Amino acid sequence: MHAQVQTHEYGLLRFNGIGKTFPGVKALDGISFVAHPGQVHALMGENGAGKSTLLKILGGAYIPSSGELQIGERTMAFKSTADSIASGVAVIHQELHLVPEMTVAENLFLGHLPASFGLINRGTLRQQALACLKGLADEIDPQTKVGRLSLGQRQLVEIAKALSRGAHVIAFDEPTSSLSAREIDRLMAIIGRLRDEGKVVLYVSHRMEEVFRICDAVTVFKDGRYVRTFDDMSQLTHDQLVTCMVGRDIQDIYDYRSRPRGAVALKVDGLLGPGLREPISFEAHKGEILGLFGLVGAGRTELFRLLSGLERNSAGRLELRGHELKLRSPRDAIAAGILLCPEDRKKEGIIPLASVAENINISARSAHSGLGCLLRGIWEKGNAEKQIKALKVKTPHAGQQIKFLSGGNQQKAILGRWLSMPMKVLLLDEPTRGIDIGAKAEIYQIIHNLAAEGISVIVVSSDLMEVMGISDRILVLCEGALRGEVSRDQANESNLLQLALPRQRASGVAN
Amino acid sequence: MMTTQNETLPTERKPLDLRRFLDDWVMLLAAVGIFVACTLLIDNFLSPLNMRGLGLAISTTGIAACTMLYCLASGHFDLSVGSVIACAGVVAAVVMRDTNSVFLGVSAALVMGLIVGLINGIVIAKLRVNALITTLATMQIVRGLAYIFANGKAVGVSQESFFVFGNGQLFGVPVPILITIVCFLFFGWLLNYTTYGRNTMAIGGNQEAALLAGVNVDRTKIIIFAVHGVIGALAGVILASRMTSGQPMIGQGFELTVISACVLGGVSLSGGIGMIRHVIAGVLILAIIENAMNLKNIDTFYQYVIRGSILLLAVVIDRLKQR
Repeated sequence: MHAQVQTHEYGLLRFNGIGKTFPGVKALDGISFVAHPGQVHALMGENGAGKSTLLKILGGAYIPSSGELQIGERTMAFKSTADSIASGVAVIHQELHLVPEMTVAENLFLGHLPASFGLINRGTLRQQALACLKGLADEIDPQTKVGRLSLGQRQLVEIAKALSRGAHVIAFDEPTSSLSAREIDRLMAIIGRLRDEGKVVLYVSHRMEEVFRICDAVTVFKDGRYVRTFDDMSQLTHDQLVTCMVGRDIQDIYDYRSRPRGAVALKVDGLLGPGLREPISFEAHKGEILGLFGLVGAGRTELFRLLSGLERNSAGRLELRGHELKLRSPRDAIAAGILLCPEDRKKEGIIPLASVAENINISARSAHSGLGCLLRGIWEKGNAEKQIKALKVKTPHAGQQIKFLSGGNQQKAILGRWLSMPMKVLLLDEPTRGIDIGAKAEIYQIIHNLAAEGISVIVVSSDLMEVMGISDRILVLCEGALRGEVSRDQANESNLLQLALPRQRASGVAN
Repeated sequence: MMTTQNETLPTERKPLDLRRFLDDWVMLLAAVGIFVACTLLIDNFLSPLNMRGLGLAISTTGIAACTMLYCLASGHFDLSVGSVIACAGVVAAVVMRDTNSVFLGVSAALVMGLIVGLINGIVIAKLRVNALITTLATMQIVRGLAYIFANGKAVGVSQESFFVFGNGQLFGVPVPILITIVCFLFFGWLLNYTTYGRNTMAIGGNQEAALLAGVNVDRTKIIIFAVHGVIGALAGVILASRMTSGQPMIGQGFELTVISACVLGGVSLSGGIGMIRHVIAGVLILAIIENAMNLKNIDTFYQYVIRGSILLLAVVIDRLKQR
């Protein structure tokens, strides 16, 4: 069933000056490079470098603002994901697009189920599904509901689906982020096979080992721009690649200045709760920037949910400046001065339809209102404008709906929300994800200033450079447990990753 | 003042906001346009008698729509309001019959509304049950109670002073119309100038974010439904006063009229968008068109088709606008 076509005839995949602008941000700027059939081509870069945007353009989810896409001799102008699929492109996203309540077979042929007169032909469906899965995932029964498969198996179903539609350009977006070592090995073998069949394979990953293991070429992005393409992996070293990704100005953005460390502000003692496997204990000092590093699923966000009162702890205690804290809701944490900037800004941070001013004032306003409910216009206007000015939020006016602002400016508005409040501990979950470089530097600046004022700042990040760049001290989490603590001077990429990688996977990658 | 941005900004900002201005005001302008068209095209439309009838037609929907706005703006809705209106009239009539006290009768009706609202609010906020199911259940329960209290038939009211709510006049304006105007002003103010109003919008806009920003989400939701219950009961009392009896069968399908009026005016069904002028516009448009159709002697059957088509058209236009 899967395309046994001699795919060289499709030719290469060429990005020609691709640009993409969102309101306030240039996500991609003049990207040009070529990916050859029969090669696995890695796309690398820091978070926000533009890799995912490029894949979305390839997949037809975004329409580029400029430039064009060529497959073989043909210039493509995808207006929808359907266009892209019809042209033989498949993008395998991190979040898989499968319906968990339907069977594997139904998912494979969703949209073109074998049917006569509207009645689904179950026998044919099963036959075709088996043919599809053959050689990829023979152990999966097409009758199983997708919801019951492991993440790795779901990914295989997604790949089978792409192949059944005759895809000859296949892009993987961080495919291994939630896979076990065994599943990674199997995926690597499949990718190798796709390459040998002459398909164009794009591979987005942060993992150096994987890139060196499977890829034939690497293209590096930075801040939405093309940096360079390495065609010969044997001539490329680990360090060269990192330097190329990070660039030289890395120290400048973080603008680290050492500060005197104050007394203990937040003391976490044996904390346990949903998503944590072992009790967690640590201390955060006044005026300290504490980094929390870990891979996806390490329990960083879960720890923050406990500290911000979103989840209740099942064991352990919290102490803030010497007083025990019991957090039953986010309101308790906020009242105590523990303020969280959540990871998913769109889902948990901003109120998209409301104005920038509303988003800034929402938390502090009840303390500044008459009788606890009547808004004071002077304070409302004054505070919003003060924060907009102090944090350099780029907005045409305070009444602008916040959804029209760029990610960086939205993040600054949320920081402004908390700067309007009495603050003791600031929790930042991936504070610069999806934010362009200029705004990043400004946010680091704000973090430093807060620490200098004696606030205790805890920063969760999966961006190694960022964690090392801004933190005074780094805690490493792995699979819901605290795995170690590294001081700023001793921190480097390899010792942090060593701690962050699950043991069994660490050995899996090594061989 | 920050919270009046929608009114003040378009005048002081660049041409881009003209679109925003139109978005905000277009339905109210449409209502005025329809009014003018009816004045020109239909004899007797502007007659004092007809204006009075139109005003009264607006009043019941208008009062209930004020608080339905809060339910919708917070991302929920309430189907029980039609039953609450009927039950409030019945409760008021029964209590007045038994105690001969207008005060007790009206109070009992409002307390009944409050209790239904609190039950709706607590089940939705604390037990996280879907608002559709919750209020669908209370809609039937309260309708049943109305029949039980009334023993299945209308309960007459003999206290003259009770009729002031429905048939009284102040400076020649019927009391129900005055109460409706007061409700429009009060709830419009409440939405923009109090933490309660702004929190309602925030919850509808993004409940997770509101929770993380420290908004007391559960309490706000309970208040929204409790207030809606009381105001629904008030509308029921006024209606009972106009009809000089408590009737358990009235107000069937009324909840859908109220929701249609809000949505027609521009309130979003998914929450986070809503202003009192949307409600006013929606209520006006529905009432004027119905009035005009009556004056033109259009068959009731056709009226349903026309009303439904207008609602569909309005939401389709709204969808297209958002593209």
